[in-house]
Amino acid sequence: MASQTNNPPLLEVKNLRVEFPTRRGTLLAVDDVSFDIAPGEVLGVVGESGAGKSLTGNAIIGLLEPPGRIAGGEIRLEGRRIDNLPYEEMRKIRGARIGAIFQDPLTSLNPLYSVGRQLVETIQTHLPLSAAEARTRALDLLKEVGIPGAESRIDHYPHQFSGGMRQRVVIALALCAGPRLIVADEPTTALDVSIQAQIIALLKRLCREHGTAVMLVTHDMGVIAETADRVAVMYAGRIAEIGPVRDVVKHAKHPYTKGLMGSIPSLGVRTERLTQIDGAMPRLTEIPTGCAFNPRCTERGQRCLVERPDLMAAGTSRAACWLHDRGGVGAPIVKEMVDA
Amino acid sequence: MLAFILRRLLQSIAVLLTVGVVAFSLFRYVGDPINAMVGQDTSMEERETLREKLGLNDPAPLQFLNFIVNAAQGKFGLSYRTSEPVGRLILERVPATLELSFCAAVFALFVGVPMGVYTGLYPRHWSSRLFQAVSLIGISLPTFLIGILLILVFAVWLRLLPSFGRGETVQIGWWTTNFLTWSGLKALILPSITLGLFQLTLLMRLVRSEMLEVMRTEYIKFARARGLTNRAINFGHALKNTLVPVITVTGLQLGALIAFAIVTETVFAWPGVGQLFIQSVQFSDIPVMAAYLLLIGLLFVLINLTVDLLYFVVDPRLRSQGGSARVAGH
Repeated sequence: MASQTNNPPLLEVKNLRVEFPTRRGTLLAVDDVSFDIAPGEVLGVVGESGAGKSLTGNAIIGLLEPPGRIAGGEIRLEGRRIDNLPYEEMRKIRGARIGAIFQDPLTSLNPLYSVGRQLVETIQTHLPLSAAEARTRALDLLKEVGIPGAESRIDHYPHQFSGGMRQRVVIALALCAGPRLIVADEPTTALDVSIQAQIIALLKRLCREHGTAVMLVTHDMGVIAETADRVAVMYAGRIAEIGPVRDVVKHAKHPYTKGLMGSIPSLGVRTERLTQIDGAMPRLTEIPTGCAFNPRCTERGQRCLVERPDLMAAGTSRAACWLHDRGGVGAPIVKEMVDA
Repeated sequence: MLAFILRRLLQSIAVLLTVGVVAFSLFRYVGDPINAMVGQDTSMEERETLREKLGLNDPAPLQFLNFIVNAAQGKFGLSYRTSEPVGRLILERVPATLELSFCAAVFALFVGVPMGVYTGLYPRHWSSRLFQAVSLIGISLPTFLIGILLILVFAVWLRLLPSFGRGETVQIGWWTTNFLTWSGLKALILPSITLGLFQLTLLMRLVRSEMLEVMRTEYIKFARARGLTNRAINFGHALKNTLVPVITVTGLQLGALIAFAIVTETVFAWPGVGQLFIQSVQFSDIPVMAAYLLLIGLLFVLINLTVDLLYFVVDPRLRSQGGSARVAGH
């Protein structure tokens, strides 16, 4: 399941930059992000709100909301560049090669069409099937995602399903044309906690069976630890750390990831207080020079204030932190110096 | 569903009775109809017998009951002006008004809705801005002025279209139609545009704002993520979700088109019920006015009933409430 280096990647994102022109200048919301996803692999992307993880996902499916735009870098799917395709070309890829799942199943489905109709229209858009064949396929999919009584439920409308059931329908919609990759943007955030685990297990099982790769965007480290093969931690529009999920969870290399892991309550281990990271992620307008994390970092040095670290090897992972550079973080900072 | 229809029918009857009270009170408070019907030299006895014959001496509640019972059978008495049965008088004029209103509504719908969709989808395009600006004119210019301007341009200057009347009509049973002759069709054009222009701009602006709203929703974004064609998204998913308010307004406006065709009919000397109403007001022809009032009340009630039923067709969420399929979960 882990990334195989000899296989060509399914998705390659290289130096992706997403920017938003605003009245007060252009904001760089995703800054020089690069990663790969191997066929069948689940890549988790975590970070606080505003870290750029959802934008990265939207950029991949080609649905950045204007005025947001891809300002640089490239995105390749199965070796083919897709970030600069005309709308109509990209439309044929969406749904067929890349599926998407959004946060809120309550609002993802059109309330005026039955779920069967929404499935059939998606299937017929991408696959050369007759109406009857498409309906059979839709029915199979509903059964596969675990809708009880699929034969009668297929003609029901979204409001007749519960939140969890609706998210199952959304998953069926994302899978219905057999995509190679699914971009799942916070797929469980809007659901009850008891339903979340079911949906994650379903998504994991289906993607394994279909050999579909997943880019799982979430701020829930628990979901990632349970589901992903590799994880990318994003901070202020950049990847802070990326590596196999086990290593990142157990042996975080970036101080931000360490803080993030320290903030997860774990059963069995009695702790007085959870650790927390002081401060907040900087706004896009006031990203500090040097490492974007430096004002909150407990291990920073002089070098972190002036020089921006790129991803560098750190054990089995890669982290954007000078701690892992031969040069180190530089001279320690005297507290008064920074405050002044 | 059936209970809903029954409830609506009862409400409709209540509304019509209320309109009936207003129509009836016309008889009692808008002057003495006998004065209008007879000459200066009619004797008091003759007046009294006429009064008795018309039932004007009965107590008010009995008169009201008679009025309602007769109205329900389509009997509105004799016109004070022409001494013809009011029912027949109105029936003769109804086709002209209905055909005019129908054409105006078709014009408003088939031009207004696509324009609304277009300006909603491409709000920044220069042509959308142009439509928006022009629609302001449509919404703010009074109907009679538009009518007169159209007459000036197309009838007086260009001499393309007639400026008044229905042209030649064809009789089918009691219905007279404009649709079967060339001159009848030509005569319809200017009045229809005049009558429909306001509704057109209203619909366009409504559809536009609804479209802007719907295009921002998550299910449209998800429809894009599913790779549906623009056509399916814009005209299937988006337009259908704008329909409920559009149907409401279209229904109300259709009633308004028929009821307020008066101005347009006057400008174009169109022989419809609106014109009949104006003449009746001038002559205090109360039976005609009362019948017209009831007719318009009935039309509004029928249209509203249709609109309510259309909601069920469009929105499945309304259908299941109280129905057999219960909403599952949450």
